[in-house]
Amino acid sequence: MRFGVVVFPGTWSDCDFHYVISEVLHEPVKYVWHRDRNLADVDCVVLPGGFSYGDYLRAGAVAGKSPVVDALGEFVARGGFVLGSCNGFQILCEGGLLPGVLMRNECLQYRCQSTHLVVDNVDTPFTRGLRPGQVLTMPISHGEGKYFTDPETLRTLKARRQIVFRYATADGQVVRAANPNGSLENIAGVASEDGHVLGLMPHPERASETVMGGTDGLLLFQSLLGTLVEDGTFLKR
Amino acid sequence: MAGAEPKVTLDLARGLGLTAEEYDRIIQRLGREPSYTELGLFSALWSEHCAYKHSRVFLKRLPTSAPHLLQGPGENAGIVDIGDGWAVVFKIESHNHPSFIEPFQGAATGVGGILRDIFTMGARPIAILDSLRFGDPADPKTRRLIDGVVSGISWYGNCFGCPTVGGEIAFAPEYAGNPLVNVMCVGLVCADRIFRAKAEGVGNPVFYVGNKTGRDGIHGATMASATFDEGSEAKRPTVQVGDPFTEKLLLEACLEVMQAGAVVGIQDMGAAGLACCTSEMPARSGTGMDVEISRVPQRETRMTPYEILLSESQERMLLVAERGREDEVRRVFAKWELDAVEIGRVTKDGALTVRQHGEVVAAVPVDALADGPRYEKPTTPPAWLAEVQAFDPLSLPEPSDYGEALVKLCAAPTVASKEWAFRQYDQQVGTNTLVLPGSDAAVLRIKGTRRAIAVSTDGNGRHVFIDPRRGAAMAVCEAARNVACSGARPLGITDCMNFGSPERPEILWQFAEAIEGIAEACRALEVPVVGGNVSFYNETLGQAVLPTPVIGVVGVVADAGRLATQSFKAAGQRIALLGPEAVSLGGSEYLWALHGRLAGRLAPLDLEMERRVQAAVRAAVGAGLVTAAHDCAEGGVAVALAESAVTGTAPVGCEASVPAAARADLALFGEGPSRVVMTAEPARVREFEALMAESAIPWRWIGITGGERVVIRAAAAVLDVSVDRLAHAWRSGFERHMA
Repeated sequence: MRFGVVVFPGTWSDCDFHYVISEVLHEPVKYVWHRDRNLADVDCVVLPGGFSYGDYLRAGAVAGKSPVVDALGEFVARGGFVLGSCNGFQILCEGGLLPGVLMRNECLQYRCQSTHLVVDNVDTPFTRGLRPGQVLTMPISHGEGKYFTDPETLRTLKARRQIVFRYATADGQVVRAANPNGSLENIAGVASEDGHVLGLMPHPERASETVMGGTDGLLLFQSLLGTLVEDGTFLKR
Repeated sequence: MAGAEPKVTLDLARGLGLTAEEYDRIIQRLGREPSYTELGLFSALWSEHCAYKHSRVFLKRLPTSAPHLLQGPGENAGIVDIGDGWAVVFKIESHNHPSFIEPFQGAATGVGGILRDIFTMGARPIAILDSLRFGDPADPKTRRLIDGVVSGISWYGNCFGCPTVGGEIAFAPEYAGNPLVNVMCVGLVCADRIFRAKAEGVGNPVFYVGNKTGRDGIHGATMASATFDEGSEAKRPTVQVGDPFTEKLLLEACLEVMQAGAVVGIQDMGAAGLACCTSEMPARSGTGMDVEISRVPQRETRMTPYEILLSESQERMLLVAERGREDEVRRVFAKWELDAVEIGRVTKDGALTVRQHGEVVAAVPVDALADGPRYEKPTTPPAWLAEVQAFDPLSLPEPSDYGEALVKLCAAPTVASKEWAFRQYDQQVGTNTLVLPGSDAAVLRIKGTRRAIAVSTDGNGRHVFIDPRRGAAMAVCEAARNVACSGARPLGITDCMNFGSPERPEILWQFAEAIEGIAEACRALEVPVVGGNVSFYNETLGQAVLPTPVIGVVGVVADAGRLATQSFKAAGQRIALLGPEAVSLGGSEYLWALHGRLAGRLAPLDLEMERRVQAAVRAAVGAGLVTAAHDCAEGGVAVALAESAVTGTAPVGCEASVPAAARADLALFGEGPSRVVMTAEPARVREFEALMAESAIPWRWIGITGGERVVIRAAAAVLDVSVDRLAHAWRSGFERHMA
């Protein structure tokens, strides 16, 4: 699978994603400049973390109107996959590819810490190798990660099983104490209806090597690549 | 325009911080009265902050050479070779004065300034460390400062995308009116792709790149060269405002244009802004510079040449490009949506010529500006020092309950967990951080190699207060010991010297003694000083800060798979104490936290012993024989054991007995150099013993890990307290003030 990592002015997780895809997963990957609309030679677009345009207006607001994000609608329509992490999730929401908004953390401070995520939906391309209720460990690093949406959208999200990850305790309890930013119903990650677009606040690229403290982030890529089956063992491709 | 300028007089010069002698010297160098703009140039470049006029004579004593040193003092930052074709660029700098006046922007621009110092040399910043000092966190005014400083660092570093991986926060009343904000940045560069602040090649174009110039920060360098009084809050306009997003673009654009090979030399516009770059760069290269000031991108209207030259607006660089490659430079900066304007040329006349619409407004020999006055002012040991040193801490009563004493020490804000601050910092961006904040040193891998670097900062103002020379030497030793505990060999240090007014002979004596101590320790440990920063005038209403040299250190680990951290990993492991037995309660955290006293003498320092202990620690970690290694610092061996017990993913207790020649409080809480606690698996005990036997250092097994209590025996006393209580005290000691 060919990956494209988008670079906006102010993006900083671009190199980290590139490293994991090329050096850990050994998949082809290139950088995509934010002005580029041509995604013909890419199968999965990654929108990485950072502070695109400084996030001076609202996190992701300016990048959400950029040429590359504009081209994502068509890209997804013809079967492409999109993974947005951290600022990438904010951009997907601002760009209208995912429902909801990400607001200032409830504590009003930036938070960089390890979190546990419980997997609610294993029928997306990014989670199909996981068990329902499986708990993943990944770090967060953001100041605006409090997911919010109106009650009607929330009902729709639930009905369509678009809530993919929720902040939980190490043993999978979705409780307030496990919520690092005040997100509505502990929501940490949301997918589009067909699951081709996934946005999450945590950083899978920072949890993709044992030396960095864990490899749960790799599971998202391995699910997408079809290199993982449900019991966590690897398939030959 | 000239008509609107103030008339140049001695009074005006004095108002700008120059002395009568300095003003005479300017007239002598120029052979005439300076213009208003020229006077501004001199006032900024001859300020203490830029010219190091009181410190330079002492700084010469620092050892600044080593085989692996690629760049010593005198550039934007120092550089050491770490092998495999890589080099590490690093420097520490203070932003104390701006942070007191406006904590958020003061600290933020402190981070911004040091980041530029690193990437101006061609390196990508990979780590930030902050060494902070405040008054009592129980004081609401101090809390506001802490909150502002930490948020400012968090905002700038996180948005820019460089992880904050370490540093320390310590508290003492002497910092209440003058907090210290020292920021160290570490960058990675190919050893053969280093850029310097040169203005070579007569006729080469001079580019102004980055943010536009405003009136912010005018005379910031002069402000940083004076003490504070009641009117200091009115100086808020001299604090600059940061824009980390623009800094990030500037980083990418600079590295890209450097990669293309179009850059001859480049310098960050830091203190004294454009004035500093346009004089220092040609002065280093024996050239001159002719610039048209009206071409400088401005974000305010009707700025005078004086204001444009002295503005300390952030996120700007001066770049000398290769002639004929101007379009390449413009193209790269346009891609990153930044200004890149050719404002002048390199000349051969050795002068800085500043024009406004073609008319010369300043013409000064660059040597005259760059070569500020140097003073060798008198130094005198403070009269009160003998009395301070004469105090015997053992004249105080012994604690009635040693367990309670340890709980109190763990809850002391200086010792307690700083997670409240660190969780606001991105610690992992770049995915290099192998050891996160909270151990003796942070460790970052060098991708594509087996190597890693260990980085740490250290400095104990109380130690330096009671004995400047030995205290400063101990700071170097402790910083180096911190990286040794990770398994690293220290390659270089950078020093940030925070002192009161050098015009007071007692303060200058503290400074001179501290420099001597740093020099002695660096020579003994064979670690060069690669550069640093002197911050004088840290005084408010005559109250100086504790004399505080902060030492930043970078070490290299040959095998990133062989590291040690400070926490106990499991029960049943043997605990060793390495190093000499001699400790002292003089200037200790115990004496301050339990008795409110700052007095006494420091323990003896044997630099040769220090070197051997560090070598032994490094060897043991490198051989994979140890499961934890932790330096004994504030609070002595008892606090070191407590920290190892509570800082792991799950707390692990211990039972130990420490040698006690005198009272138990001295043995448990006494502080002394060259002491390290380590743990080893029972199966590796023989190998560990064999290695220690070779190392010719004093050491002994003192106990075993495990259980739910920390039990330490010393003389007839038994310290016995639950790990949970210690953990709670340690976790909440600082945070409870900030919640």
